[in-house]
This record gives sequence, C-alpha cells and structure tokens, in this order.
Amino acid sequence: MRTVHHLTLPRALHPGAWWLWALGMAVAASRTRNPVLLVLILAVTGFVVAARRSDAPWANSYTAFLKLGLVVIGVRVVLQALLSTRSQGNTVLFTLPEIPLPDWANGVKLGGEVTLEALLTALYDGGQLAVMLCCIGAANALASPRRLLKSLPGALYEMGVACVVALTFAPQLVTDARRIRAARRLRGRTRGSFRTTAMPVLEGALDRSVELAAAMDSRGYGRTAQVPRSQRRLTGVCVLLGLLGILLGVYALLTDAMEFPFAAAALVVGLLLAVSAMAVGRQRVTRTQYRPDPWALPEWLVVGSGALAAAAMITAAVRGVEGLVLAGPLVVPPVPLLPVAGILIGLAPALVAPPLQAPRRHLVAA
Amino acid sequence: MIEFDRVTVTYDGATEPALRDVSFTVPEGELALVIGRTGSGKSTLLRAINGLVPHFTGGTLGGRVLVNGRDTREYRPRDLADVVGMVGQDPMAGFVTDTVEDELAYSMESLGVTPDVMRRRVEETLDLLGLADVRDRALTSLSGGQRQRTAIGAALTSHPAVLVLDEPTSALDPQAAEEVLAALQRLVHDLGVTVVMAEHRLERVIQYADRVIEVPGGSAAVSTGLPAERMVTAPVAPPVVELGRLAGWMPLPLSVRDARRAAVALRTRLGEVAPLRPLATTGDELARCRDLVVGYGNVTALRGVSVSINAGEVVALMGRNGAGKSTLLNALVGIVAPRSGTATAAGADPRRTPPSKLVKAVGLVPQEPADLLYAATVADECAGADDDFRVPAGSCRALLNRLAPDIDDKMHPRDLSEGQRLCLALAVVLCGAPPLLLLDEPTRGLDYGAKRRLVEILRELAAAGHAVVLSTHDVEMVAEVATRVLVLAEGELVSDGETATVIAGSPAFAPQVAKILAPLPFLTVGEVATALERAS
Repeated sequence: MRTVHHLTLPRALHPGAWWLWALGMAVAASRTRNPVLLVLILAVTGFVVAARRSDAPWANSYTAFLKLGLVVIGVRVVLQALLSTRSQGNTVLFTLPEIPLPDWANGVKLGGEVTLEALLTALYDGGQLAVMLCCIGAANALASPRRLLKSLPGALYEMGVACVVALTFAPQLVTDARRIRAARRLRGRTRGSFRTTAMPVLEGALDRSVELAAAMDSRGYGRTAQVPRSQRRLTGVCVLLGLLGILLGVYALLTDAMEFPFAAAALVVGLLLAVSAMAVGRQRVTRTQYRPDPWALPEWLVVGSGALAAAAMITAAVRGVEGLVLAGPLVVPPVPLLPVAGILIGLAPALVAPPLQAPRRHLVAA
Repeated sequence: MIEFDRVTVTYDGATEPALRDVSFTVPEGELALVIGRTGSGKSTLLRAINGLVPHFTGGTLGGRVLVNGRDTREYRPRDLADVVGMVGQDPMAGFVTDTVEDELAYSMESLGVTPDVMRRRVEETLDLLGLADVRDRALTSLSGGQRQRTAIGAALTSHPAVLVLDEPTSALDPQAAEEVLAALQRLVHDLGVTVVMAEHRLERVIQYADRVIEVPGGSAAVSTGLPAERMVTAPVAPPVVELGRLAGWMPLPLSVRDARRAAVALRTRLGEVAPLRPLATTGDELARCRDLVVGYGNVTALRGVSVSINAGEVVALMGRNGAGKSTLLNALVGIVAPRSGTATAAGADPRRTPPSKLVKAVGLVPQEPADLLYAATVADECAGADDDFRVPAGSCRALLNRLAPDIDDKMHPRDLSEGQRLCLALAVVLCGAPPLLLLDEPTRGLDYGAKRRLVEILRELAAAGHAVVLSTHDVEMVAEVATRVLVLAEGELVSDGETATVIAGSPAFAPQVAKILAPLPFLTVGEVATALERAS
C-alpha cells in the first residue's frame, strides 16, 4: 500500500475532501427540522473540527460561523415574535404592545400576542439554517482556502490566483484603514472624510496591486502555450454553462425546488460540461504544481462518510420516515433510527482523516 | 551577462527622460552596486534589466538591453523569468502565496519545472538561505530579514543567471542586513550568480561590490567603475571611506577590517586627544512613560517601560525589528492604549487630549509616511498642512524646500520616490513645530544628502529646545545626531545612556568609525577631524 493511503501517517487531508464531506453534512441538515437531529449534526461537525483542525489562522472560523448561526436564530425568533399571528397555535406566552399600522398594510401585524408555537417554529427553522452554516464553517476551519484554490484544475488557474490575491487583500485593507485612521490624529483632525480615509486606503491598495502584478510578471506568471482563440472561447462558454448547471443542481437538491430527477440531471450535465471544458482548457497551461495534495484512501473515506450521511437523510425523506419533520411545534421531538445512524457515520473523519503533523518547534524570529 | 547599449527611457507624459543614454556591461558572476540620489532613476534602471520597463510600466525605451543574449524588446518579463530573478523594494508586496515553501516554488510552477526537480531545489534553497526552520510558516509571521531572504530565495529557485535587488537592506536592522548580505555573498562566490543591487546604505554593501554603477539623475551621464576608484571622488561615501580620505590612506579601504589595519598610526596620533562633545543641555521633561505595558491580541509589545525625555535631547530608539520601538512612539501620541502604566506627552494623557490640541504638543512621522498625506498634489498637501497646524501659509513648503529642494509642486505625493515622500511627511509634521517630535524610521530610503539635511534640522530643533525621539536602524545617523540611546529588546528597555557609552561597545550597533578606532571613543568622522586639528 502506498504511504498516502495510510490513515495514521500525519499529513494534511485534501481540502476538497473536507468541503465535500461538509457539503454532505449540510445536505443532511437541509432535510430535517427535527431539533434532535440538527443538534446531532452540529455536534458531529463540531467534534470533527475539534479533532482535526490545525492551528492556522482560518482554523478559528468555526467559532465565527457558530456565532453567525446564533445571530440567524436570534433574528428569526425576534422577527417572528414581532410579526407573530395566531396561525401556528394558540398558546399565548406574553403580549407585546401592538403598533397600529395604516390601512395599506392590512394583514400585517406588529406586536401583540406572541405564541409559543410561533417562537418554536422560528427557533427550529433558524436552527436548520444555523446548522447548515456551521457545516460550511467546519469546511472553512478544516481546509485552507488557499490550498483548495491551489487544487483547482489548470484551466481555472487564473481565476484561482485572482481569488488568492483577493483573500490577501481583504484583511490588508482593514489593517490599512485602521492605520490611516490612527494617522489622522497626527494631522490634528478628528473627523474623517472620504478624502482622508477611503482615498489613502484605495490608493494604497492600488499601489500594492500594481506592485504585485509586476512581481508576478517577473516571476513568469501568464506563460501559456499558444491555442487558437476560437477554442479558448468555446472553453470559456462550456465552463460557464457547466458551472451554472452544477449550481442549479445543487440548489435544487438542497431546497426541494425541483423534482429529484431534474435536479440530478442538471447536476450531472453541468458536471460533464465543466469537466470537459477543464480538460480542453488544460492544454493551454504549461505550469506544474509543487507538492500537490494527494487524493488517496483517507480522502475517499472522508467524502464517503459525508455522502452516506446525506444519502441516509435523503432516503429517509423520500421513504417518508417519521421524525424528520415534526408533527407540530409542541410535540416532543422523536429520535428516528435511520437518520441518527446516518448522521453518526459523518463522525468518521475524526478517525480516518490522517492526523496533522505536529508543529515544528519554531525558533523565535529575530 | 547584462549589456545596456545607449539606453534612454522616457515614461509616458514625462518631458524629461528618466534615464538618458546609458551604456555599461556587467560581466558574469559580478556583484554590481547601483548608487545615486533618491529619485534619480535607479529603480528604472533595475526594472529595465528584466523588461518591466517598458513592457509593464509603459513608456518608450531607446537603445538596447541584452540579458544573457536576450533582447528585452522581444522578451516580456515573464519570458525572462528563467534568466532574471527580481526582488522588489518591499518583499511583502511581491509575495503571491502564503507560506515560505509555496512562495519558493511559485516561479518554478510558472515555468513548468517538473515536480521532483522543484522539490529538490526548494530543499536546497531552504538550506542555502537558512530558511529551513521557517519553511511552513506564514509569510506574514516572518521577521524582516526572513522575509527578505524568502523573497531572494523565491527569485533564486528558478536558477536565474542574474539576480536584481532593489534596496534589499534598507528596512532591516543591522543583524538582519548581515544575514541577507551573507546570503548574497554566498550566491556570488559559490554559485556564480550575477547580482545587480541598488542600495543607499553604502556602509553596509560597498565592501562586497565588484563594480559601481552611479546614476546621478538629471542630465548627467551614468558612469561605472571599480568601487575603490569611484569612492575616492564620490560625493556620497560611507564613513569608512570618509575616514580614509581624511587620513589619506591609499588604496582606499572599503571594509572596517582593511581600515583597521591601515589605522594603526592614526590611533596613536589620536591617543592623546579625547573627542570633543558638547554637553547636551537638557530642559524640562516633555514625555514620560511609567511601567508602560502595551499589547496587541496575545502579543505583548512593551513590558514595563519607564523612561523620561527632556527638552533639548535627541533620543535614538534602537533594537531589532519587532522589539517595540514603533509601539512606544505610538503610545506617546495615543494611537495605542496602554494595558497598564502611563504614557504622558507634554504633561497630558495623549489619549484624552483632542487631536487638534495634541499636534501642538507632539508630532509623529509614522513608518508609512504616505498615511499622513491626503492631497492630490504636493502644493495642496503643503497648504493643507499650513491649515491643519494653523501656521502662516507657505511654512510647510519652505521646510520641504530645505529637506528636498527639487520637488515639483504639481506632483502627486504617491508619485514621489520613497525618500521624497518621507521628506514631505516630515515637512508636514515639522511645520507644527511640536515641542516633542517623534520619527519612526526616518532614514528608510533616504540618500546621504537628505540624511545630512535631516541631521542638521534635528540638531537645530534640539538646540531650540525641542525633544526629538527617532527609532532607527541606522547606526551612523545615531552616531551623528543622537545625544542619548535607548535599546529595546522583546519589549523591555535593556540600555539607556549617552550615545557614546551605549553604542561604542556594542558589536551590532557600533558605527564604523568606532569599530575602526576602538578602543578610542570616537564615533564620527567629524569628531576625528576636529581632534586631528586640535592635535596639530
């Protein structure tokens, strides 16, 4: 067996594998509003992140997404409380002062009675969105965004570089803005204007882009093989259509907006178009890749566990297994067997993803 | 290896060419040093070597530049990437990836080098430049010297025959500069790489150069020659050369070691006379820190610094990159908040003083001088400064004329060279004439002439009862102007005392004259000259 297939040999897992696993978990979350299952998914992703994240700066993003999820739930619950009507149930918790609205806003109610049912529904709905966000957050925390962009197919390389540069520039802009605001004090000014804050920041960013472009040019960026222009155009169109197809398919699968066969077909056609475009576009690229991330047994297992979790939930939904959606807001949430088993498979990466290399002991920089 | 044949460069919209009729050759395996005043066209010359001028910058190039037999008219910079490695002024601005290893591999990836060769070269380069310890670190977490070495390594991995560097040691502390220069020395000696480098800090690099290319700027002709010959008459020269001229040593020594061997007689002549140093008259206390602790996130930048600064002093703040120098200056103007302890400037807490009042008490020129500049032209900027500080119109422009005489009113501040921009920021802050003046690395990118004028102005300010604090890596400047030196390390104050006592004995901070004449207590060529006069 080649060393890359070892489950215990420390190395970084392919970022694409993490993303696919996380998407699988997100799909699983999209199929249910049962709070037990949602919390279970949250716990599974959280556990995997805790087990396999590195100490890199992006590894803290899970917490950020968790907070974002809480905000989503909060906003949803507050809005529901303000706009609640009695349509969901009759258990009145408390009554807010009602604000009279003009005639044209007929049918909308601001304030008034707040029912338990309305709040719980909002909580569960918001919870679903929050858990899906956390799945994305898990992928963010586990996979270096730059390494993911590095493993883009050759035909998309230029786009990948643009993204990488944007990733560096965004935090840099924030630091610059802070520094320039501080410097304003030194001119004795208290209030800033567009001229004194945004302009220096933008000018600085522009300067840096030009500098970076010069550096990239001197380092051989953009050396390409000659291919006819018509072929380049064809590739471009194929990529675009393919991506659209994939987008449509994924959206449909996640939201139930289309019949399953249509969604799946859109996804498959999109994938085919995109892959063939990449293959054609690859001819133009003469560059090589330094230490590409391998795709081996651990990657397959991680992706497989995410896919199984999603498949279990979709099967349960299609078969109409009870407990994915609650009968009413006030019932005690049931614990259906198949979905729970499926979600628990999603825990596998905590074991099968190779552990990370122990950090080298760094000398303190001089 | 590199051949310039009657090269003239004119940028779009410029009336005067940036380079006029330049011809020279640099043979293989030489280290050529490009010298010249701020804004004289050094960067243009360097960028013409790999075709960035004119392919990238625009403009017209007359004549011919040949590199390794390739004409830059026919090859774009990217097509020369396998022949010329380019390292820009700010290494951080040229980094494309985020870790050391990826950065080293980037050029090779673009050139399509096979993976096993890439892997081998990266390992070799890590060893060659002493970067193995930091190979998987994020580039942002590196020290200045490590960044510069990474940038050099990134240019080297594609095995270029020519390496071009724009001011590689300007922003570095003395130790980091040593690291970088040692690495370059190794490339030239062991690998036969041809190196072309622009640098203002001649005292650091002149001894390594095989050839000097002088770019005088304006309409004067670019000339080349051997370093020892050029230095006899060069208008700008490092202290070791000036001392050699003063003592009449022939051949002129370029390194401290050669000068020390020539200086035996001079040392005995100077043995009896002590250097004359005017006693600094210090007045009222203008700034004070007590047990100052400042941190950002989980980094503690200053840990318990106590210091007091009086009128009439010129205090130099020294220490490694990241030792806390900038933080101390920022705390004195209230840009950063202390975690504990106090910082007071002109008797008040700078964080509680409204900015309009604060600028009358303290002025700071930040490390990035452009942060202070908002206007679209130099003239507007000066007028704005006169307004901000409520001084008579024209004061700022008058100061600027003293610092850098030939800056065009209609220029955009961003189009100025780094040195000129610094002069403008200095003029802006100086026109408020604050009693306490803080300068964060004011000599970065300044040529000797501008530095000399800066020294004069600082001395005048000190004599007029101002206190000046400057953080700097430039030991020669410290020897010239400072009355007191503070050394910071890891956020703590490790020494505080008169300039002579602090820097003369230190291996890293001693100026060249002190090293040559040790154990005699001389710091500058000026002191030696006056001592010689008195002795005779």
